[in-house]
Amino acid sequence: MTRHEPATAQPRAAVRRDARQKVTGEARYAVDRTPPGCLHACPVPAAVARGRVTAVHADEILRRPGVHAVLTHENAPRLGDADDPTLALLQEDRVPHRGWFVAVVVADTPENARAAADALRIDYAPSEHDVRLSADHPRLYTPEKANGGHPAVRERGDFDTAFAASPVRLDATYTMGALHNHPMEPHAATAWWDDDGLTVYDSSQGATTVRDVLARLFRQPQQRITVVSAYVGGGFGSKGTPRPPAVLAAMAARHTGRPVRLALPRRDLPAAVGHRAPTVQRVRIGAAADGTISALAHDVVTQTSTVKEFVEQAAVPARTMYTSPHSRTTHRVVALDVPTPSWMRAPGEASGMYALEAAMDELAEAVGVDPVELRLRNEPDAEPDSGKPFSSRGLAECLRDGARRFGWAGRDPRPGVRRDGDVLSGTGVAAATYPVLVSPSRASAHAAPDGRFVVRVDATDIGTGARTVLAQIAAEALGAPLDSVRVELGSSRLPDAPVAGGSSGTASWGWAVHKACAALRATLASDPGRTLPPEGVTVEADTKEEAGRTYPYARHAFGAHFAEVRVDTATGEVRVGRLLGVYAVGRVLNARTARSQFIGGMTMGLGMALTEHSTMDPSFGDFRERDLASYHVPVCADVPDIEAHWVEEHDPHLNPMGSKGIGEIGIVGTAAAIANAVHHACGVRLRDLPLTPDRLLPLLTTRASAP
Amino acid sequence: MKPFAYVRPERTEEAVAHLAAHPGARFLAGGTNLVDLMKLGVTGPPLLVDLGALPLDGVAETPDGGLLVGATARNSDVAAHPVVRTRYPVLSQALLAGASPQLRNAATTGGNLLQRTRCPYFQDTSTPCNKRVPGSGCPAREGVHRDLAVLGHSAHCVATHPSDMAVALAALDAEVRLRGADGERTVPVTAFHRLPGDRPDLDTVVAPGELITGVALPAPPPGALSAYRKARDRASYAFALASVALVLTVEDGRVGHAALAFGGLAHKPWRARAAEEVLRGAPATAETFRRAADAELAAAEPLRDNGFKVPLARNLAVGLLGDLASRATAAAA
Repeated sequence: MTRHEPATAQPRAAVRRDARQKVTGEARYAVDRTPPGCLHACPVPAAVARGRVTAVHADEILRRPGVHAVLTHENAPRLGDADDPTLALLQEDRVPHRGWFVAVVVADTPENARAAADALRIDYAPSEHDVRLSADHPRLYTPEKANGGHPAVRERGDFDTAFAASPVRLDATYTMGALHNHPMEPHAATAWWDDDGLTVYDSSQGATTVRDVLARLFRQPQQRITVVSAYVGGGFGSKGTPRPPAVLAAMAARHTGRPVRLALPRRDLPAAVGHRAPTVQRVRIGAAADGTISALAHDVVTQTSTVKEFVEQAAVPARTMYTSPHSRTTHRVVALDVPTPSWMRAPGEASGMYALEAAMDELAEAVGVDPVELRLRNEPDAEPDSGKPFSSRGLAECLRDGARRFGWAGRDPRPGVRRDGDVLSGTGVAAATYPVLVSPSRASAHAAPDGRFVVRVDATDIGTGARTVLAQIAAEALGAPLDSVRVELGSSRLPDAPVAGGSSGTASWGWAVHKACAALRATLASDPGRTLPPEGVTVEADTKEEAGRTYPYARHAFGAHFAEVRVDTATGEVRVGRLLGVYAVGRVLNARTARSQFIGGMTMGLGMALTEHSTMDPSFGDFRERDLASYHVPVCADVPDIEAHWVEEHDPHLNPMGSKGIGEIGIVGTAAAIANAVHHACGVRLRDLPLTPDRLLPLLTTRASAP
Repeated sequence: MKPFAYVRPERTEEAVAHLAAHPGARFLAGGTNLVDLMKLGVTGPPLLVDLGALPLDGVAETPDGGLLVGATARNSDVAAHPVVRTRYPVLSQALLAGASPQLRNAATTGGNLLQRTRCPYFQDTSTPCNKRVPGSGCPAREGVHRDLAVLGHSAHCVATHPSDMAVALAALDAEVRLRGADGERTVPVTAFHRLPGDRPDLDTVVAPGELITGVALPAPPPGALSAYRKARDRASYAFALASVALVLTVEDGRVGHAALAFGGLAHKPWRARAAEEVLRGAPATAETFRRAADAELAAAEPLRDNGFKVPLARNLAVGLLGDLASRATAAAA
């Protein structure tokens, strides 16, 4: 397990500031407060996969004790356009997918709301639906952009000719089903309207963004809307965009004139808050006999909904990773009658690097080169796609350091030869990458006469440790002791800040905090003898200019993952024995919270590789696994000896802290490392995640089936 | 959740009388499954009769060398009981293979027997299900059924019984003690759960109003070894893809007593009588074990996506037979 740090930590391993509040229950989450007169809302998911609502028999429900209102497309407040059609709730009779909310029941208790919602009769005019993704779907199209604003298609050189001329050619297709974010705290909100406007306690990854969107939906000036996301029980991207609870609670509060609380039941999440879209990924690599890559194509097919286009940018990491003079990377998508996919931890990189890194393992086997060495041989001098030099690229160091720590040297490359009874064991490696992203942010720094400081920024701590790390950044910039700094975050009343997403929170918020604190320090230093006025001194900062700069560098974090697995050939069960990650992520600001991010990401990658299985039910258009008993997130017993390390990296082209994002890179490459280890263990190359016993067992040979 | 009444009687007769007087009422023990089903809208009893105050939570040795496990004895307590651990290891192992520590601390012996299938269509009131709404249809047969039955299913239902404990009890020849308004009766665990046939709404032979008061385990056969093995998607807190419980004796290289039961394959814990027939008196060899497993699983009728369960169950059975036979031989030597 992870190393224990001494409790009296240096700033670089400062203890989580909200740890005590969280473990004692003192921390208040979005529905942990009940304003006077609060009502409770329960949404009603559509029971058809496509069609129209023809009647809502609300009158039957309104007669029930405790029921205050039923909101439908017929009576709900009309919303403005917020440029996110997933939030155009109860505006029309159209049902774009099963689970789309078609009504909200408001009652005096959560139990009454839920019972009434279950009992509400709704008539539909269903239409034929299509929820099946296939690589030859007739309605596939090439979008303009994939998620993150990446061009859907990029070409360099002449892939087809170079591939055809390559002495070694790999052509493999990798598939994975949908994955679900399932944060511990479901999406939830408490909302009320008063003379000051609308207040929403929302479980979100960015209160400023939620405020801006609610302002547009409810046609209010931003100042009349307050969004508080003080404590958030995880999001993994699914709370990075505003979600139905905030909108529906605000609508219901406006309709009833009372505060309204709404928490989604777990079973509603898969259809209502996004998912990682399934992908079919074809990877072709043409290489010389020594493994040097000359041609690389990564062609991604994925799905979106008919509500909104979201394209998982799985071919994008291939534009950064390896030498590839001739390259083609493409995305095609089909709009199906399914829930709208969205961000899930490292969208694009997590899925794309599974395919690319599994393909690299296959190439290593084909050319007889050690998989670590193969990656080192294909290290590019500059980013292949952009031609820009890397601001820093620590992949080689991560691979070498990881190989040393893991004991990779002398590994027997032969698959299927390490047997203990029914159990075969093996090891695998995969690389990881994640881009350096940053957004403009504001922050303020305040010096009080008693020598204490307050930093204010509408950052969100979704469990990452932002509260703690921002205090460290402030203390360092101020030259003040850590415990003299208080951080206020998680409210749109604080200086505007971007979402906790894209592994950019610390860089974006931290830069503004650093700027405000440096300016405050300069102000204080300019007149060292003076006594501060009773109201103290406040300095504000905005990094619009700094964060908007373009750099002549390709900026990415890198990492290397090593896994050891055991495959039970009698059952098809795969268990992970060891996981080790080494990262090159600029300067690590807090060793304790950083380690948690890395091992959390790796654990999620383990789930992606082995346990998290979701089935789209073709007749109903539903994800069938909708609770935590059937959607198998790894449990403690699945998570082995797991280690995270990082190499020293000094990159002057990042931000004043010298940091790269660390929230997502832990998941990237983990699934491939495990899948590669499964192949090394048992010789089976299964190109379809997750590697569950039903898929693996038919391909294995066991003692019992031997003659 | 539908409003319901709640009583907590202190005497067993009282509890039984409550059920007789209130059609649709249900007994509440650990609540680890019933309360979930109430929240999901799968069931909505008007009255819950809490068994928590009844004197049924004991585990006691019986004069015939067996063990009587009370209906409300907690799964965690039974698993940790010294007599269970030493004389019925298959039961202790099966209990510990189920659920999570928190659930086992709440779940009871009787409740575990009566838990309902985790078939996703059964638990989703927006879809048809013959078990939940008789006659509405079975979408699982053509739909998502990787986890469902390969043995004994019917056109009406392909659900599996989710219990691990019950599989061990089936191999131990345990009996369920029932008490109804008309008195007491005893049913072997192997006859306690039903196959779905055309009445998948009926999981068991328990008559309306009958209360499980306990489970009686006979004395284990002299020299018997027993064990439980389970395959699942993750290392803990997952239902069995397939499981096997075994009680075995080997004498002079030949199988003596052999009681084999499968979990995760059928609407009930599946006692493998055909396999036992092959095993009894046969040489304790891998060849015998393979033949025995095949004899049982020849009856399997896998659905489109759960064919893997047949080799899985076979491998589990052959592996466990081999392991226990080796241990028995080693112990005899």
